[in-house]
Amino acid sequence: MSIDTLDPSTPPRTWTRRHLLSLEELSAEEITLILDTAVGFKETARHARHKSSLLAGKTVANLFFENSTRTRTSFALAARRLGADTVDFSSSGSSLSKGETFIDTAKNIEAMGVDLVVVRHRTPGTPLLLAQNLGVSVVNAGDGPHEHPTQGLLDVLTIRDHLGRIAGLTVALVGDIAHSRTARSNLWALKRLGAHVILCGPATLVSRRWEELDVEVCHNLDEILPRCDVVNLLRIQFERQSTSPFPSVREYAHLYAMNGERLCRAKDSILILAPGPINRGVEVTPDVADGPHSVILEQVTNGVAVRMAVLKLLLGGRP
Amino acid sequence: MSSLLVEGGRVIDPAEGVDRVTNLLIEEGRVVGLDVPANGQARIINARGKIVSPGLIDMHVHLREPGREEDETIRTGTAAALAGGFTSIACIPNTEPPIDTQAQVEFIQHQAKRADQANVFVVACVSKNREGHELAEIGQLVEAGAVGFTDDGAPIFDPELLRRAFEYCLMFDKPILNHCEVRELTKGGVMHEGSVSLQLGLTGMPAAAEDVMTGRDIILAQTTGGRLHIMHISTAGSIELVRRAKSRGVRVTTEVCPHHFTLTDECLRSFDSNFKMSPPLRTATDVEACIAGLRDGTIDCIVTDHAPHAREKKMQELDRAPFGIVGLETALGLVSTELIEPGHLDWPGAIAKMTCNPARILQLENKGTLRAGADADVTIIDPERRWTVDATKFRSKSTNSPFVGRQLKGRADTVIVGGRVKFVAD
Repeated sequence: MSIDTLDPSTPPRTWTRRHLLSLEELSAEEITLILDTAVGFKETARHARHKSSLLAGKTVANLFFENSTRTRTSFALAARRLGADTVDFSSSGSSLSKGETFIDTAKNIEAMGVDLVVVRHRTPGTPLLLAQNLGVSVVNAGDGPHEHPTQGLLDVLTIRDHLGRIAGLTVALVGDIAHSRTARSNLWALKRLGAHVILCGPATLVSRRWEELDVEVCHNLDEILPRCDVVNLLRIQFERQSTSPFPSVREYAHLYAMNGERLCRAKDSILILAPGPINRGVEVTPDVADGPHSVILEQVTNGVAVRMAVLKLLLGGRP
Repeated sequence: MSSLLVEGGRVIDPAEGVDRVTNLLIEEGRVVGLDVPANGQARIINARGKIVSPGLIDMHVHLREPGREEDETIRTGTAAALAGGFTSIACIPNTEPPIDTQAQVEFIQHQAKRADQANVFVVACVSKNREGHELAEIGQLVEAGAVGFTDDGAPIFDPELLRRAFEYCLMFDKPILNHCEVRELTKGGVMHEGSVSLQLGLTGMPAAAEDVMTGRDIILAQTTGGRLHIMHISTAGSIELVRRAKSRGVRVTTEVCPHHFTLTDECLRSFDSNFKMSPPLRTATDVEACIAGLRDGTIDCIVTDHAPHAREKKMQELDRAPFGIVGLETALGLVSTELIEPGHLDWPGAIAKMTCNPARILQLENKGTLRAGADADVTIIDPERRWTVDATKFRSKSTNSPFVGRQLKGRADTVIVGGRVKFVAD
């Protein structure tokens, strides 16, 4: 594992933000600070026996207005391994079905004495709305197709772990870019850290307008694959699509599934990421998902470390 | 009612080609004439340094009553109109129930009379229950006083219904006002589709959704000879379609809202629902096209599309928050600050788009002009007055404005309706 070493000539890096709402607003230095902090938590992240008491006495509320298993679990573990208490709130069986607005729901949770709110919601901008209306820290755990900052961070950390750097790498984000918050968070972090980003997928899911942001857009995976250092396979979000963006799953898999045959055309050192959950056989075939280039499970482990780092930076420095 | 002299103001009456410093005499609720010396009139208003305009007309206002009185009532809406300098407004029929019968029209007129503030003209539904299927009883609605027909809130989506409406309305020489939006292209949309929506992950509403229907409507107006008024135009493409249609002699007019010539989709980066309206805020190119359309006369009117929503409705997730913003109390200030100050329009040009042009489109007799015999609706504008938009001062029941906190120059100073002073600025 290689880690970017701190240049002693750079001024001490400090964290000043109260919320983590997006990666678009973070500087390269802030992103690197989170990644470096996460590296320090890797052991604690993996083993419950290394539990810390850094955030003892703090309470983290998970407000999930949209279904999630792994992200919610990951945040809960991260909080507990830092000694914080956690409280879970999910929209099913809550007062949301009784007509209460989500801001009122959040304010009620806040009034119970929590220090930080982790929020997932189907609508972009909702974490910002909460940050404006609550007095506590807010972490965006996915707001519709907008951003999923900790997912972006853990993907970047996983790449950095394996390839030692981000700058100069060619990273392809493949699949349902239109509906993917992971794509957006990855894009901002990768660009900020100096990677070349390619967005690849069907034209109905990958707009040419992305080129305005100095990002490469390509609809042919086979064409770009030989140049890629990393391929991140994004899930087709069938649940967010109002009209079918491609003729059939079969045709999608034919054009974009990462399978053994395609992999032969890639660099030997290629890294395969998938932010899960994955549709096996659609975005990636099992031989590749479970093969030597895949770091899918490492992403999950890094997820806990990254979330510990975020919680520590947001809660640790304040009285 | 006795005489009232407005003295020493710059009288601008585009309908009559008047623009000079003079006096205006009003008697018995009517304009007597200009150039009358002060001579013992019962009341004299000093308008020196101010502009004396025909009462401003906003032909696109949602008053919400009946049915959504938590957002606005005819009383609060007409009070907001006066504060913004409007002496007449046309209200849009997407109330609950919709204004699609003679009785409904008369209810609005009755409430407006009770409120006794700005004049209210009714634009009634094209279709029964605003459902877009069967024509409403247009003949009887005209008899009741309806000045135009629209299903706004929703587009007239069925081209056959629109064609019949054009043909039928020809008998009464009334315009069809359409909200141009192909809903299949805007499903789930909350903002303009472009690079900003792409970055924010918000579902977009493409300009094409507006342009496709604008084009369809123009073709149907042309084939039927009907009168088409495109509501709240917002895209460069639609403006160009109207420009070309006008040059071919199609009977088409259009209007633009202040937010579409001042704001862009970049505003949505705040995720603030006060930037959510339909049509959505477009790009800088579209803003330029709106201004160009105002300059060259393609765009006939400036309207507010005043769409009040109670705070609890707007204080929601962006996809749940309703479309629309209030506009009556900020429109004149925005016209002055954003169109006149930079030299895009002069005062006579801007005033025409808020007086005689809407009066002509809706055939409002004796409105929108200061010629002798016209109704004494007068807006005295202080073009130099600097003020800050303050939601706590709104007369409207709702405060959903994206312009709160904005510094403006120019506002209504004194508003006269039917010869009576109805509003004086603090």
